[in-house]
Amino acid sequence: MTTLMISHLFLQNYWWIIVSVLASFLVFLMFVQGGQSFIFTLPGNEMQKTMIVNTVGRKWDLTFTTLVTFGGAFFASFPLFYATSFGGAYWVWIAILFSFILQAVAYEFRSKPGNVFGQKTFDIFLLLNGALGPLLIGTAVATFFTGSRFSLDEMNRVTWASSWYGLEAVTDVRNLALGLAVFFLARVNGLLYIVNSVDDEDLKARSLKKLLPNSILFLVPFLFFVIAILFSEGFATDPSTGSVSMEKYKYLHNLIQMPLVLIIFLVGVVNVLYGLYAALFRKKNGAIWCTSIGTILAVFAIFMLAGFNNTSFYPSSHDLQSSLTIRNASSSLFTLKTMMFVSFLVPLVIAYIWYAWKSMNVNKITVDEMNLNEHKY
Amino acid sequence: MTENIDLTLIGWSRAQFALTAIYHWLFVPLTLGLSFIVAIMETLYVRSGNEEWKKITRFWMTLFGINFAIGVATGIILEFEFGTNWSNYSWFVGDIFGAPLAVEGIVAFFLESTFIAVMFFGWNKVSRKFHLISTWLVAVGSNLSALWILVANGWMQNPVGMAFNPETARNEMVSFWEVLFNQVAVDKFLHTISSGFLLASVFVLGISAWFLLKKRESSFARRSMLVASVFGILASFMNAYTGDSSARTIAKVQPVKFAAMEALTEGKTNAGLVAFGVLKESENKVGEKYLKDFLFKIELPGLLSMMTSGDRDAYVPGVIDLVHGNRDRNIMSFDEKKTRGELARKTLIDYKNAVKEGNTALRDSLKNVFAEKSFNSEYFRFFGYASVEKAEDLIPDLSGTFYSFHLMVILGFAFIMLFALTLYHLFRGTIEKARWFLWLCLLSIPLPYIASELGWVLAELGRQPWIIQDLMPVSAAVTNIGSGSVIATFFIFAALFTTLLIAEVSIMVKQIKSGPKH
Ligand code: HDD
Ligand code: HEM
Ligand code: HEM
Repeated sequence: MTTLMISHLFLQNYWWIIVSVLASFLVFLMFVQGGQSFIFTLPGNEMQKTMIVNTVGRKWDLTFTTLVTFGGAFFASFPLFYATSFGGAYWVWIAILFSFILQAVAYEFRSKPGNVFGQKTFDIFLLLNGALGPLLIGTAVATFFTGSRFSLDEMNRVTWASSWYGLEAVTDVRNLALGLAVFFLARVNGLLYIVNSVDDEDLKARSLKKLLPNSILFLVPFLFFVIAILFSEGFATDPSTGSVSMEKYKYLHNLIQMPLVLIIFLVGVVNVLYGLYAALFRKKNGAIWCTSIGTILAVFAIFMLAGFNNTSFYPSSHDLQSSLTIRNASSSLFTLKTMMFVSFLVPLVIAYIWYAWKSMNVNKITVDEMNLNEHKY
Repeated sequence: MTENIDLTLIGWSRAQFALTAIYHWLFVPLTLGLSFIVAIMETLYVRSGNEEWKKITRFWMTLFGINFAIGVATGIILEFEFGTNWSNYSWFVGDIFGAPLAVEGIVAFFLESTFIAVMFFGWNKVSRKFHLISTWLVAVGSNLSALWILVANGWMQNPVGMAFNPETARNEMVSFWEVLFNQVAVDKFLHTISSGFLLASVFVLGISAWFLLKKRESSFARRSMLVASVFGILASFMNAYTGDSSARTIAKVQPVKFAAMEALTEGKTNAGLVAFGVLKESENKVGEKYLKDFLFKIELPGLLSMMTSGDRDAYVPGVIDLVHGNRDRNIMSFDEKKTRGELARKTLIDYKNAVKEGNTALRDSLKNVFAEKSFNSEYFRFFGYASVEKAEDLIPDLSGTFYSFHLMVILGFAFIMLFALTLYHLFRGTIEKARWFLWLCLLSIPLPYIASELGWVLAELGRQPWIIQDLMPVSAAVTNIGSGSVIATFFIFAALFTTLLIAEVSIMVKQIKSGPKH
């Protein structure tokens, strides 16, 4: 007789992959934030602004829900991370949440009569979320490589060694570099999404004009971050004892020792670059397809580098041995297994999202639709 | 466990959670109910092809959208607050508690948010049938959101389906089904969604009444009222029934909460059910804490005993019995529970030391102790008592619990009357003339909101001092950060949510005044 024998080790890896998949989709879906960040600088008139808001805005809930599910999945599979990071880097997470609260109401309220504070206020909310969301999330993720200042006691209770409660992360240029890279990537994807979704030549041309500077502003910090990380020390764990030590070129080693991750990473980066090239020099409308796939693959690979191959995914630079790994931070075998069954629903979820998305995007956003007295943002 | 965590921090962390939860709950119940009401209206439209129903559907859908956005905004805070403010809790029980939260995201929130886009923007883009299905899926999705979070909350009130693992010093899930079908969770889910249905029905009733008072949109208003009052009366029966079964379950699993909500100081047989009463401070004390007596009460004799055990002569324990123990009735005292909890804790410390010293024999034998059934049912289940200092700490806020319960119940019965009267007037065709009644409907709008919030105050205040009943007190759950940070975020959230609430109400009022579009 065969019973389902799945090891804890397998499930921990499995759940790290699921969390990474959610994270990579989240980064791509932040094209919504990227689009928002252009609310005052891209449109040439009110109508174009309405079009931009309605183009990216109809996807805001999807990005938001992905963030929420990312949080929930992390809680269920790696609760010690949830407890340590959220409880410790308090102000970073509060700031991120704050910006998402602003976003959730801004779309629905901005153009409604009686909104008390005026459309401008809600548009500023959209700008704030568009800028702070990706910037802070990127900065927070960078600490997976650069470490944070916490320690855990014998009952795994967290103490944060900085009274900035996480905001000190911005003082490390590498963290800031990833934050900026994510922010400008979101902007690039936002522009490309608009180009692909609106039926308005002037708006398209304006978007393409903004593409070049934003691509450069993405590439510079991104390359800086990647190179800095590959050539700095990393947090290695000893699989037999679980103890953590610093290893030179740790992430470079990870990349070489996991050739599949290397391939995914390269395919991802090439896709993003090709998408940029196609949009900038061949004026292709559909470049978003390339950059989205590229974004997802590259972010996925970055998460693999952070967590796999005996690496601490949430290291403490303050007290090395408090560092979290996918081994010591995970839920029990039983919970991970139960959750694995739940995760089998994910393809179904993706399928209906895809279907609904396609039915809604068959027609491009036009001035006429915006003029109709229908539900709009 | 609690030695160095200061009371200011605990207080503000609780206040912050209460604030954000109360705000979230201002919006959620309307979503739960209005989503179904809108789906019913759209079904009527699709089946009859009558454009009037489409107009009705779209009007209520717009209000739904305004409310939904702010519900989402307040929800995300709550989810992350478990990590930011209750991190010790999140680690101690993340294994069990995190799972429903993740399932909620995967199963419910995506369903809701995907089809909500179709519902709002798809009128001219997808077929009528697909649109209708989307609207129903939004309703199902939002009520599934309620399911999973309530399973999580039910587990905190009555922790089941888990075992303690000394190796990791935390509780781990052993049965997903036990967690899901926990009696408290089942009661909570059914009672909560029915309260949402009821609330939304009163909302639709009240606003429609306003149109009639203004002599506008008569057909629109009467049709809306018809749907709302049929849905509402069914919901309010379900609500009363499930509320009653919630109370019975509490009598079993949280007897102190039960005694507090009935303000039963001393246990008795043939106990009466207090329909309403006014409390005054008693001379009776437990430790430093004064109990409550009745200044006056309206009591139905024997009914409480009847309800809890189906027998007039059954004994219902009071607060004093539950704290000091009662040998004759086989009730354990606080001191005894504390001794047992301390023994469980000492076993854990011994185990930890054995691990540290590499004493494998002792380690293995202690590990076996934790696996024993009797150790769990006799000792470990009192684990949390080791961290409760004084007997009086076990007693929740008595007047808060009592009044919130009784007001909720009274309102519950009042709503049944309200829906019944509406139906009566609708069928007699007298509704437009009964102006006093229309005013009553309009002025009733805040009442289910009050009842609903009171329900939570009862549930959560009555649970004190526990965050997880008998296993973990609130004081052991809190994140150890500077209380200054929590105070700051409390005020930030208070200011932000209040600002947004003002905008929301103002937009709602404007939309309502402009009326349904033709
Ligand atoms: C419109 C709202 C509303 C109305 C009219 C009622 N309830 Fe309720 N009640 C709730 C809304 C609510 C709630 C907000 O949904 C709560 C909070 C926690 C929960 O599980 O549901 C609740 C909790 C709650 C609890 C505590 C559950 C716990 O601690 O876990 C009890 C015992 C009752 N209710 C009983 C009743 C009874 C006997 C009612 C008589 C008709 C009643 N409720 C009407
Ligand atoms: C502390 C407990 C709670 C947490 C952590 C929580 C979390 C959340 C989150 C993260 C969202 C946004 C979801 C999205 O992206 O669409 C949300 C919305 C929602 N929640 Fe809560 N929630 C809590 C309590 C409740 C309760 C008790 C219910 C119902 C019984 C509920 C029902 C809903 C519903 C229906 C929504 C959809 C938005 C709306 O309010 O209209 N939540 N919640
Ligand atoms: C949305 C409706 C809810 C409302 C209005 C509400 C209300 C409250 C209130 C008033 C408190 C403060 C209790 C006190 O200070 O004594 C509280 C605390 C708390 N509630 Fe709820 N609650 C809600 C839902 C939930 C849910 C669904 C959960 C869990 C899944 C939950 C978990 C907690 C926790 C962890 C605390 C803090 C610890 C404590 O003080 O006990 N709440 N809530």
